[in-house]
Amino acid sequence: MDSSTVQPSWNLVTDLQLLFQYHFMHNAFLAGTIVAVVAGVVGYYMVLRAQAFAGHALAHVGFAGATGALLLGVSPIVGLLAVGLGAAMGIGALEERQGSARLGGGVAVAGVFTFGLGLGLLFLQLYSGQAENAYAILFGAVLGINDSDVVTIMVTAIVTLVLLAAIARPLLFASLDPDVAQARGVPVRALSIGFLVLLAFAVAEAVQVVGTLLIFALLVTPAAIAQHLTARPSRAIGLSVLFALLFTWSGLVVAYFGPYNVVGFYVTTFAFGTYLLVLLVKTVRHSLVGRTHPIREEAAA
Amino acid sequence: MSGLPQLLPVATFSLNPFTDLSDMLSNDFMRYAFMAGTAMALLGGLVGYFVVLRHLAFAGEALSHVAFAAALGSVLLGFDLLLGMFVITAGVALGMGTLADRARNRDVAVGTVLAWVLGLGALFLSIYTSSASAGSNGQIGVNVLFGSILGVQLQQAQEAVAIGIGATLLLLVISRPLLFATLDPSVATARGVPVKLLGVVFLVIVAVTVTEAVQVVGALLVLSLLVMPAAVAQRLTARPFVALFLSAALGVLFTLAGLTIGYYEPYPVSFLITTLAFGTYVGTLVWQQVRERWKHRASHRAQALEA
Repeated sequence: MDSSTVQPSWNLVTDLQLLFQYHFMHNAFLAGTIVAVVAGVVGYYMVLRAQAFAGHALAHVGFAGATGALLLGVSPIVGLLAVGLGAAMGIGALEERQGSARLGGGVAVAGVFTFGLGLGLLFLQLYSGQAENAYAILFGAVLGINDSDVVTIMVTAIVTLVLLAAIARPLLFASLDPDVAQARGVPVRALSIGFLVLLAFAVAEAVQVVGTLLIFALLVTPAAIAQHLTARPSRAIGLSVLFALLFTWSGLVVAYFGPYNVVGFYVTTFAFGTYLLVLLVKTVRHSLVGRTHPIREEAAA
Repeated sequence: MSGLPQLLPVATFSLNPFTDLSDMLSNDFMRYAFMAGTAMALLGGLVGYFVVLRHLAFAGEALSHVAFAAALGSVLLGFDLLLGMFVITAGVALGMGTLADRARNRDVAVGTVLAWVLGLGALFLSIYTSSASAGSNGQIGVNVLFGSILGVQLQQAQEAVAIGIGATLLLLVISRPLLFATLDPSVATARGVPVKLLGVVFLVIVAVTVTEAVQVVGALLVLSLLVMPAAVAQRLTARPFVALFLSAALGVLFTLAGLTIGYYEPYPVSFLITTLAFGTYVGTLVWQQVRERWKHRASHRAQALEA
């Protein structure tokens, strides 16, 4: 599709009509919106639990899932979910054997995901050896999502959000202070593996939109920005979702009207730009506040 | 256009190891692959030991992604692929090394940069594959992502060996103070060891290693040679320098075994190397647990007999 020929006018209504004149854009927006909401919420917990590397690994393992599904002739999301589930369990089990996650230095995570990617390469080779298939999975193909994909994404999203809502409070407790939570009888380990599984679900969905490699733009960055802006969990989750939506929508719009229809690039660029901006504003404000209130700074130090 | 790393015509395997070896090494591409692979695996194993010790697995991963974007960017702009990759990755490593202390939540900062760099890579890839005339262009992205060890030319193999030896020597020279600075940074600082400088120099060595590894296993699988051999070695021995060299030996072993199997069986070499590495890691974990349980049981039995 040659979307680079579409010229935006300054009339918002006609622009919106232009944007939604094709069915593939309806699906892209629908899927993008659902994924952004899930990624925003799950991402908040991921950042809170310092499991960014695990999320990254689950996304990479998803490559094996998607290519395996191609090989078996089933829908990619089925493969993504299955492999994500397996990898989440595997990381949980290996980390436990390895000792604590900190001691292991992310070794268990690294092992699982390099193996998963290698497997994905093998599947792809056995399937066709076409580079295009690899690129679609790695960098996303949101403009190629069909109706049944949207339904699958919707169903998994609802399941993920309901499950997360069910464990939200104990998970927050276990994430913020695992020792106290354990002492209070909160099943910290079960929650940890349960969350990894939910993370795998979220990743499986997000892969459809931004691809296995660019998932971080939706999973980490919005949550990281939200955490910089507020300390209250409920507000941070809301902000995280809001930013994820914003990045996805603007990425889709710019890719539609702009010169290159690489949605993933625009989404990651908006996310990264906003992150830098927030950091900059915070630093500037901090130094301004520090200058006007020297006493406060001394007290803090 | 077909695009994945090419497979070899399946060679038949005789039971005489000498004929097999000479048959395999009679091919130029296998000789070059062995040269580049050994140099890289040696360096990766040594560097990986410190990467694991310093908890830099995620940073190494991020650098490999930077290498991916840098490779495609340099191809797009017409620079030398290896040189462009090396310069940009080392530059980012320098930046990371100097900024790392300031970042409160390092993982998040690394992850955010990583996502954007990959997005940039996706853009370059899209521009490159759509602008250049059709042909083998689709190949380059996959080569960078998943490695192209069997396509290494003589000059690249020589470069890989030279860079590998240089970086290995540098690492060995700084290895003792680096070990000190890694295990106990505050005492090392008090003793006058330049901890911060060592950290930055080490990250640049990681960047060099990553650029090398991209050629062998590809940007996505770098950690299989950077982290996995070291992880296995650390489980097998607690003595730092034994672990360091064991890690290098394991890395070389995985690479050579992966290449040899890849020569006889129709599987991608990167897949074989990652599988060997991961298999060994899981095998070590399981074996150690079984042994521990055995010891436990044996001591129980001894106690029962005494009583």
